[in-house]
Amino acid sequence: MIDKFVRSAAEALEGVPDGATVLLPGFGDVGMPTALLEGLIEQGAKDLVLVCNSGGRDGSAVARLLTLGRVRKLICSFVRPASDAGRLLLAGKLEVEVVPQGTLAERIRAAGAGIPAFYTPTAADTVLAEGREVREIGGRPCLLEYPLPGDVALIDAWEADRWGNLTFRETQRNFNPIMAMAAGLTVAQTRHAVPLGAIPPEHVMTAGIFVNRVVHIPG
Amino acid sequence: MSASFTPLDRDGMAARAAADIPEGWVVNLGIGIPTEVANFIPPEREVIIHSENGVIGAGPAPAPDAINPFLVNAGTQPITLRTGGAYVHHADSFAIARGGHLDLTILGAFEVSETGDLANWARAAHEPVKQIGGAMDLAIGAKRLWVIMEHTTKEGAPRLHRRCTYPLTAKGAVKRVYTNLAVLDVTPDGFRVRDIIPGLSFEALQARTEAPLLR
Repeated sequence: MIDKFVRSAAEALEGVPDGATVLLPGFGDVGMPTALLEGLIEQGAKDLVLVCNSGGRDGSAVARLLTLGRVRKLICSFVRPASDAGRLLLAGKLEVEVVPQGTLAERIRAAGAGIPAFYTPTAADTVLAEGREVREIGGRPCLLEYPLPGDVALIDAWEADRWGNLTFRETQRNFNPIMAMAAGLTVAQTRHAVPLGAIPPEHVMTAGIFVNRVVHIPG
Repeated sequence: MSASFTPLDRDGMAARAAADIPEGWVVNLGIGIPTEVANFIPPEREVIIHSENGVIGAGPAPAPDAINPFLVNAGTQPITLRTGGAYVHHADSFAIARGGHLDLTILGAFEVSETGDLANWARAAHEPVKQIGGAMDLAIGAKRLWVIMEHTTKEGAPRLHRRCTYPLTAKGAVKRVYTNLAVLDVTPDGFRVRDIIPGLSFEALQARTEAPLLR
């Protein structure tokens, strides 16, 4: 019998090594797996590469992970100058790679889809293209981009069954489905644990084959 | 002379742009004044608002007692979903932006050039703390890009230039600019004035603009 449920966030995060690349979804707090992120802080892995839409607001779990010095490099679409991430960056204590948000999403999608590289016009005319490969395709300059796979993805779901089939609510979905497909180890926290078959097959948003472990965190 | 006109305020600029959006368009509204454009589209005119965190058919803000913490827009403000709306994941949401599925994107800007270059994400070429977000993706992908911004800086310096002085978000992307003083189309020959607020002459508008203007 396939049963991906584990009993705790600690169990869900077992084996995440130092130096791991961690895919962390969420747009603001929406769709962010806060219990798993707190679990990662407890678990102790360090020297991490964190892939997340932003550097987070002060007081957030992301900011806490950063200020604890556990992240070597942050890959995101923006950092607020007046934030823990911004201050760590200016102090030279955090390496940051800022990527246009659509390119960030597409690089993650490409990692899950087995696409080894792609070209996009996004940022091709900007300082972000300096020193990088730009080719004219279809009459416009396009920038070469590579996939962004994770060693581990932390996922925030609304419902999950024991096969790891997931649903998301409203804008909770954001980066969750593409990050779930792009990591070696995909760990989901879910608000509701439901019996196998309870989610109508047409309503499954992330198929269980992309999910390795599920922990039930009631709201 | 200079006291005889009143520049549009934020609502006035948003309302002016909203008047030009026809029913049926799929539209992305950037953070700031562009977001307010939605308030001036009458509900009976069905315009589909896209929000890059995965919303198709964003509706107005909810009543304070009806906030759904799972439903926010690109500025992480609580919103509602119009009947007929849908949610997608982030890669699909940016496929909408990058894949040419938006009829219109409206963004704010620091500067726009007469060739349609947009500068709206940084005031120095190599700012260490970068705030790019989705602007570069939105700017290159839409069928048309409009900008809403004040015509000049707070100090009165022009923001419509021959060439942008700030780092670019995208090149040759802007099609129209709505300012607090005028509406201008970006044409192959430069900025062409569509309309000017009452009481302000073409010459007075030109005096507040670095790039040469066409009538």
